[in-house]
Amino acid sequence: MESATWPDIGRMDDWARGDSPAHRLDARAKAVATLAFIVVVMSFPRREVSALVPFLLYPVVLTSVSRIPIGEIFRKMLVASPFAVFVGMFNPLLDRQPAAVVGTIVISGGWLSFASILLRFVLTVWAALALVGCTGIYRLVAGLERLGLPRVFAVQLLFLYRYLFVIANEGARMKRGVDARAGGKKALTLRVYGSLIGHLLLRSMDRAERVHRAMLARGYEGRVATLDRSRFRADDGFFVFGCLTAFGVARAWNLSAAIGRLVLGAAA
Amino acid sequence: MHMADALISPAVGGAFWAVSGGLIVYCARKIKQTLRENLVPMMGVLGAFIFAAQMLNFSIPGTGSSGHLGGGLILTILLGPHAAFIVMASVLTVQALFFADGGLLALGCNIFNLGFFPAFVAYPLIYRALAKDRRDGARASWAAVVAAVAGLELGAFFVVLQTQLSGISELPFGAFVLMMLPIHLAIGVVEGLATAAVVSFVAKARPEALPAAVYAPTPGRLRPVLIGFAVAALLFGGVASWFASTHPDGLEWSMFKVSGKEKLEAPSGGIHETLAGIQEKTAFLPNYGFKTAEGESAPEEAAAAWPAVSAGTSVSGVVGGILTLAAAGIVGLALRARAPRAVGGNG
Repeated sequence: MESATWPDIGRMDDWARGDSPAHRLDARAKAVATLAFIVVVMSFPRREVSALVPFLLYPVVLTSVSRIPIGEIFRKMLVASPFAVFVGMFNPLLDRQPAAVVGTIVISGGWLSFASILLRFVLTVWAALALVGCTGIYRLVAGLERLGLPRVFAVQLLFLYRYLFVIANEGARMKRGVDARAGGKKALTLRVYGSLIGHLLLRSMDRAERVHRAMLARGYEGRVATLDRSRFRADDGFFVFGCLTAFGVARAWNLSAAIGRLVLGAAA
Repeated sequence: MHMADALISPAVGGAFWAVSGGLIVYCARKIKQTLRENLVPMMGVLGAFIFAAQMLNFSIPGTGSSGHLGGGLILTILLGPHAAFIVMASVLTVQALFFADGGLLALGCNIFNLGFFPAFVAYPLIYRALAKDRRDGARASWAAVVAAVAGLELGAFFVVLQTQLSGISELPFGAFVLMMLPIHLAIGVVEGLATAAVVSFVAKARPEALPAAVYAPTPGRLRPVLIGFAVAALLFGGVASWFASTHPDGLEWSMFKVSGKEKLEAPSGGIHETLAGIQEKTAFLPNYGFKTAEGESAPEEAAAAWPAVSAGTSVSGVVGGILTLAAAGIVGLALRARAPRAVGGNG
């Protein structure tokens, strides 16, 4: 959540403006499938690794079909990874029970569960980013509202997103001003910081007042109108049904191990 | 600190989704009742402000490091608990969706940890009680620091609790608490100082921007009770960690009783087998523990090791996993090659 990731958000809007079979799916279908995906992935026992691998297909397909740049997804993942990695890396130290044997190498349960955490992290984060990437915040929120998200919260999400860039630009201008005048010093004293951020706050609040007046002038009556009149079509039904079936199958049977046995069996 | 999807079980994630979802519905209803007309754009813009404010840092005297505003407490001071909770929830949602910070399954936990405690515990029970109606000066600063620390410590404690209940990390409860609480003590002091600095600036520059009288003050008679409760909450984390460090067995034993799992390393198989049995029965941790993989795979040489271990299973898992990974990659590339044009298109 550092300033370096700022331009990325705008770029995710560009992703969502594309057109592909994944983009055309109803936001509700994608949201439900993605949530089911995350719940199923996280329902595996903690040392599971191989059975999780087939689940990569979901974010991979979604990302590829909608032509989201994969490098940027990975960069976002890297930025977000410290907490999961930090907490997970204690597992190999704490759980040294032998849990798997590959050839002559014995792998401890801790390493398995650490690998599992990393894989789960990649899967869950990737799926969420792919969902937003091929849907966009406006259609996603509109879809969620139709799924029962309270209107106040839906409106809040859209407003926050809309003004993120405006206020962030104001913050960036301030930062540039500080950098230009600070004479090489990096951080401010608390006093200066308080008045700078205070000014930013007051300007933001003034902007909210102006926005509100402008909204009233344009006939605002409590909801943000979106042009998206997406309907839940048969395709969307098939998509949700197919995803849920696939997740169920992959949850019930370890497909990786099955393929491995098949290949090894054929070779022998 | 944001809870990550990768560390959380569906049961814990779902439970906190339900709690946070309920709170959002409750707050949304309360906001509709207040009828403050400009509240909608104000909430949106202040959420954006929280993001923007994190671009600027101030130096922490004597340490050489720097800090910035966190969000929950100042939002509550500006907007009141209900609106602030909704704004925090929206900020965390945007972080989860666009920054991959936290995650969708963990979103309920994060909204609870970082939204509920500042808005509904730290502000009404600590900040209001300590600061009274002051917005400026030493008293208000102290109130902000104490409230911010308490809010963050409670949030951090719940991160530990949620991680433990999920059972994916192996970190012992006591050690994790000892790690998280001191870090968040420091973060809380920084957050409190930043909040106090900004609030006191606004109080001087434009006092009418601070909604002093919008919320009914805490009834006088309740105040001592609430302060007592707040101090108890503040001490709770410290006592818990002290308890954890002096009586690790006791605490872990109680964790075991609560959640059906124990974090001590037990070398002998007997305890593990009993535990596995208990874990299967505790509905709160479904599938947790030692899965007997592939029912058929014969326990060839694995008698000494794990119930689920068999060389055959592991090898086929590795081989199959690599093949599946390769297949996923090929599918991705193939779909990419087939798709007609780049994102954004003719713009």
